[in-house]
Amino acid sequence: MGDLTRIFVSAALINNFVLAYFVGLCPFFGVSKKVPTALRMGGAVTFVMVLTASAVSFLNAWVLPVAPYLRLISYIVVIASLVQIVEMVVKKTSPALFRALGIYLPLITTNCAILYLALFQYARGYGFFEGLAFALGAGAGFTLALVLMASIRQRSETASVPAIAREMGLAMIIAASLSMAFMGFAGLLSAGA
Amino acid sequence: MTDRTGREVFLRGVWEENPVLVQILGLCPTLAVTNSVENAIAMALATAFVIVGSSALVSLVKDYIPSQVRMSAYILIIATFVTVVDLIMGAVAPAMSKALGAFVPLIVVNCMILGRAEAFASKNRLLPSILDAVGTAAGFSIALLLMGGVRELLGSGTFLGLQVMPHNWEPWVIMILPPGGFLTLGAILMGMSWWWQRGEKKDEAVKPRRWPHGVRAPEERRPEMVA
Repeated sequence: MGDLTRIFVSAALINNFVLAYFVGLCPFFGVSKKVPTALRMGGAVTFVMVLTASAVSFLNAWVLPVAPYLRLISYIVVIASLVQIVEMVVKKTSPALFRALGIYLPLITTNCAILYLALFQYARGYGFFEGLAFALGAGAGFTLALVLMASIRQRSETASVPAIAREMGLAMIIAASLSMAFMGFAGLLSAGA
Repeated sequence: MTDRTGREVFLRGVWEENPVLVQILGLCPTLAVTNSVENAIAMALATAFVIVGSSALVSLVKDYIPSQVRMSAYILIIATFVTVVDLIMGAVAPAMSKALGAFVPLIVVNCMILGRAEAFASKNRLLPSILDAVGTAAGFSIALLLMGGVRELLGSGTFLGLQVMPHNWEPWVIMILPPGGFLTLGAILMGMSWWWQRGEKKDEAVKPRRWPHGVRAPEERRPEMVA
């Protein structure tokens, strides 16, 4: 059990997907202008991550021993079809949620955080439950980073910023300071062990 | 369908619509693998192979793919080329393959490649598509080298592993750590917008900034403060 907690905390804080590994940057800069949309996007990504992690642990057990060279292709096909299925189910069962998520769902297919999760799970040899903890942690970390970013950007709306830094420049500097802040988590787990 | 010359198609990818610096696409590899020039070059070569190969293949088979499934077909084509690069790199340069880690397989989800396949290769003949892909790859490589050069120079005091800075140079370790990537790209992007905005003031008045409801722009406030 301690192992699962360790995986969760490490994925959420110490090895934050966005701020330490640089994956999932497109939504991080693209949908971080308002806190509510950032929260929704984070939720959608976490959900797809959990589904992907469970699907990938089955792929790893049954398909890949037979055809290892199909790893990348089978992952991307599974992710794309999962996103498609989630989209159809949500549309049918909860039109309100579907409208709220809007264009974010299809975009998740090309979100590198999901594919990275699958590849990482393979590289670390995580099983089903470890994969789930890892996915939950990574999703929580992604949501946390996105919401922090969105709240800072909302505040900075009213600040008077030099013209050259108005769009992406400022966002990059904010991301750099967030990333520096997250480096402070580096000793969190080894200190406890 | 192109009425542009080959030169224009090529240059558009390099500068005018540079994938990283203007379109802000493909940020993940740009930030993640540019802590040294060597990694940046390897990543640029791998991506160039994938984008040229997949653009060429997409433009060859574009008439046979039904438009409903074209995205999935493009992703599969890209994934195939990425698998090739991944396996070759693992066999020829295992150390480099290890250094780049998961970022070689992650070329699949680089939106820049899918973007070129959808926006250009699926509507054009083979040669223009290859030219467009080479231009985009060149633009991507320039951005990567710029990032890698700045970060390695400041972060380790070297360039391609050769000592450049004087020996008493204290390396800015932060530059090769994650925050340094964001900082460097931020500085480069600010330089780019300075370059684009430099002529604007002569042509037309600077666009007034949109202020949130109830907040007055500094220009409006100033007279009161003087008075």
